[in-house]
Parts: sequence; C-alpha cells; structure tokens
Amino acid sequence: MGYEIRKEGNILIVKVYGEFDLHAADYARRDIDSQIRAQGVKHLLFDLGSLTFIDSSGLGVILGRYRKVSESGGRAAISGTPPNIKKVMEISGLNRLMPFFVDRASAMLELG
Amino acid sequence: MIRNQMRLEFLSCSENVGLARVAVAAFASGVDFNLSDLEEIKVAVSEAVSNAMIHGYEGATTGTVRLSASLSNEDIEIVVEDDGKGIPDVEQAMLPGTGSDPERLGLGFVFMKSFMDEVDVRTEVGKGTRVKLLKSLPGDGNADKFVKN
Repeated sequence: MGYEIRKEGNILIVKVYGEFDLHAADYARRDIDSQIRAQGVKHLLFDLGSLTFIDSSGLGVILGRYRKVSESGGRAAISGTPPNIKKVMEISGLNRLMPFFVDRASAMLELG
Repeated sequence: MIRNQMRLEFLSCSENVGLARVAVAAFASGVDFNLSDLEEIKVAVSEAVSNAMIHGYEGATTGTVRLSASLSNEDIEIVVEDDGKGIPDVEQAMLPGTGSDPERLGLGFVFMKSFMDEVDVRTEVGKGTRVKLLKSLPGDGNADKFVKN
C-alpha cells in the first residue's frame, strides 16, 4: 500500500494505492495526522480510485481522520470508490457519515 | 470429502495479514469462486487474522497465528487460530462497534458474517481463539471441474 498526501487550498488530499489493511493502517494514521497539523488544512479528501483492497483496519483510519477534522469544524469526503470495495464501504456505514463522490473534481468542488 | 488442503503458520506481524489473505485467495481460486467471492474471502481472512494480532496478541509480534484451508466438493473451510488471550464474551465481541479502540470500527466479525456462510468462534480466556469460516462453493458442478483440474 502506498499513499500520496498533498495540500490543495484548504483541503488535504490523501490518494491511497493498493491494499489498505492493518499493516498500512499505523503508518497512514501517523502520516495523515502529521500532515493535517503541519499543513493547517480544514478539510480532508480520501481519493480511493487506486485502492485494490480495504478491510476494517483501513476503514478505521478513514473513520478516525473523519472524526478529527469534524471536531475541528472541517469536513471529510471520499472519492473514486472502486467497484470491488463498494460492498465493504456500504456495510461499514461510512457512506452514511461522509459524502462519497465519483471523482476527485466533484469532491473538491463540494469541499472547497 | 476433502479435495485439497493447505496450512500456513506465521508470526503475528501485521505484514503477514496480506500474506494470509493472498494465500487463501490463491488456494480458493482453484474452484469456480468468482472475483466477488474471492474478494469477500480475502476480507474475511484479513479480519480474522487481524483480530488474532490486535486482540489475541494485543499487538505483540512474537505470537504464532495458524491458518488452514480445506476445499471439499461443497465448500471452503478456513480456520484461523491463535494462542493469545482469548475472548471473554464472544457474543459481545460479535456486535458492531464494540471494540475498545475509537480508531477501529469494531466490524471485524460483522464482515466475516456478511461475507461467509458460517462463522464459528471457539475461545478460551488465556489460551487462545479459533475462528472457523465456511463458504459454500457457487452453483453445481464445481466439484467435477475441480477434480478434472
């Protein structure tokens, strides 16, 4: 699993690649939290378009970051959910907490 | 009747979660599970193995996790075992969102039950946990195909 983190305006974009599981969760949690603080952003966007696998450990990282930015008055969103992980997302209930967008541009428009 | 069987034993290091699910998915791909079935099996294995590491061994990387899978003409049976601390209340542990860590969804068993046809948990406090996951083979005639292959 890999990820790219970059700032665009007031939004921190986290693009996740590959498999997001227990092994990746600790590193990702630490890096994203560190970047939220360092970049001083308000909103968070998870771009999952290149994700190939996610389980509850990966989803927990997304949920935890959603909670963090919400507590600070920001919003979090998800874009580009691949078809093979849609069922996991639905069962997790994350789609009832955070808005899902088909692509990054739509999500940026909403968050921005 | 068992047609094929595999066993794998590894340390409770988080990098082995991926090894476990990929091994079982490769093993299960010998029959007519479709891609969606294989994805679901991978999630269920990932959750069972992660539970062993997070809860059974409480993050220690020196524990042993045993994984086995058996293919019969009817189903695939996957067993994940640890020698960790055990689960004091299995019914409680199976409820969504009951984990102690606010960073976790507490959906491990929910995913296992959603994606597999049977989930059986045997546990003893202080001795360990054994999770059996069972998924029926899709459709008819898979056993014949498997035998030919």
